[in-house]
Amino acid sequence: MAAIAEPRPARLGRLERPALTGVLVREVVNYSSYWRSSTFSSTVEPTIYLLAFGFGFGSIVSTIGGLDYVDFVGTGTVATAVLFSSAFPAMFGTFVKYQFQRTYDAILAAPVDTEELVTAEALWIATRAGVYGCVPLLVAMVFGLDPAWGMLLVPFIAWVAGFGWACFGISVAGFSKSFENFNYVVSAVLTPLFLLAGSFFPLDEFPEWAQVLAQLNPLHHLVVLVRHAVFGWAGWTDLVRFGALIVFGLVLWRIAIRAMTQKLID
Amino acid sequence: MTPELAIRLRGAVKRYGPITAVDHLDLDVPVGTCVGLLGPNGAGKSTTMRLLTAQAIADEGELDVLGFKLPEESKMARAQCGVSPQLDNLDTTLTVEQNLLVFAHLYRIGRADRKAAIEQALEMALLTDRRDTRIDKLSGGMRRRLLIARALIHRPRLVLLDEPTVGLDPQVRQGMWALIDQLRSEGTTILMSTHYIEEAQRLADTVLIMSHGKAVAAGPPPELVLEYAGRQALEVYGPPARLAEVEAEAGAAGLRTRRTGTSVSILNVDGFRGLPEGERRPANLEDVFVLLTGEEIT
Repeated sequence: MAAIAEPRPARLGRLERPALTGVLVREVVNYSSYWRSSTFSSTVEPTIYLLAFGFGFGSIVSTIGGLDYVDFVGTGTVATAVLFSSAFPAMFGTFVKYQFQRTYDAILAAPVDTEELVTAEALWIATRAGVYGCVPLLVAMVFGLDPAWGMLLVPFIAWVAGFGWACFGISVAGFSKSFENFNYVVSAVLTPLFLLAGSFFPLDEFPEWAQVLAQLNPLHHLVVLVRHAVFGWAGWTDLVRFGALIVFGLVLWRIAIRAMTQKLID
Repeated sequence: MTPELAIRLRGAVKRYGPITAVDHLDLDVPVGTCVGLLGPNGAGKSTTMRLLTAQAIADEGELDVLGFKLPEESKMARAQCGVSPQLDNLDTTLTVEQNLLVFAHLYRIGRADRKAAIEQALEMALLTDRRDTRIDKLSGGMRRRLLIARALIHRPRLVLLDEPTVGLDPQVRQGMWALIDQLRSEGTTILMSTHYIEEAQRLADTVLIMSHGKAVAAGPPPELVLEYAGRQALEVYGPPARLAEVEAEAGAAGLRTRRTGTSVSILNVDGFRGLPEGERRPANLEDVFVLLTGEEIT
């Protein structure tokens, strides 16, 4: 007996737009049911950091490197907002969708490959991070940060960084056997990187090895780039930092695809 | 003319470590028919289903779905397949209509046809008046109907139903059978896995009985019954000691038996005389299933 021979459709390729769109539509429709809570937390969190550090440290130090402390923290917490709205939702969201809701089983039964699934999820989280990343600037403006043209680039920089952190979160979820493993990642990776980013205090007084390590921290580059976008560029080093964010995103993107492929395809 | 095959598996093998979940399986699903994969839990039915969508990759064997080679061309096959999973994976915080909208996109239904496709799916699931209800407010039966309607939204040529009525009340199950029977009468090719014998007997044109990853028998249910269990079975009731006696007697006479809870069924008793007192009944697919899979009898 012969298998059916029908006129064959054109071979479907990799990273097809309809597949990415399908996954994105699902996220957008879902977002309509939870946007209030996620916008609330993304706005309130950086505001609390700003108030706490701004009033706490602000009473001791008024300026850092020629910047008002509020301006320093306001620009610094953009990275915090990006991290909190990308790495964390990616870790938990991916795990929940895989393990509990079995959403990915449904999506992969449709003409969508793991590579497309991961890419679309990361694009979506990056976009949210790009938007939520701007909230600290808006809050800081209420407290006296002067608007600047360079701020218009912040959503874009935050988007690129958010993509990398989203892929980081997806990778962690992909390689983790259980929720508990996230604790190791949060304590041993995210918290140190978050503190060694230069959001709340400058890294100049750190020992030299720590300053070198900071150059490997994508969050640090994000912090510096946002500050430079707002207060003035520093030339080619900014381009290198931006390049580092792009490399970070691309490498983690491939790792995330690999992690999820071994998780989703037996 | 040989019938065309929507699914063709030859020697499919899938191992998980030391366990061989699918063991040199051959499976044919001719176009326009409903094939039932029948087997106890753990027989490899779900793994077979996952192989067909390339969510599991076979270690050996040839796999064709709708003329596409798996796993390389699986995406093209999946575009023309509908899948209703065993475990409900609807988006529970979305409404009925939003769930269908998402799948209309995932299955690449063009903008012009999307609305009509969603309406049709709502009608099929009998959920038109529930379109704005969130999934977590639906009953189990409604969710199942929606899962199947969701799988059909792009009018697929082949539908894979993995345990379509598992966990449903008997009357709700009957409703699902009516829905599947309707699909079948419309000429949709269906591969359905189930561990409910009655479901396979009622809905499937041919049944493939699986046990430990292997196909142990395949054919139309009446033929399987005739071949393995004969026309008639004799059901003998009595206390456990008596049942053991009956089993010994039947065994001595060269007949096969199976325990059916409170009774012993002696199979293939057509024309036999001198048997114990009991109730004669037509042999059924359950007799075949128990004989071949060894479930229940030890």
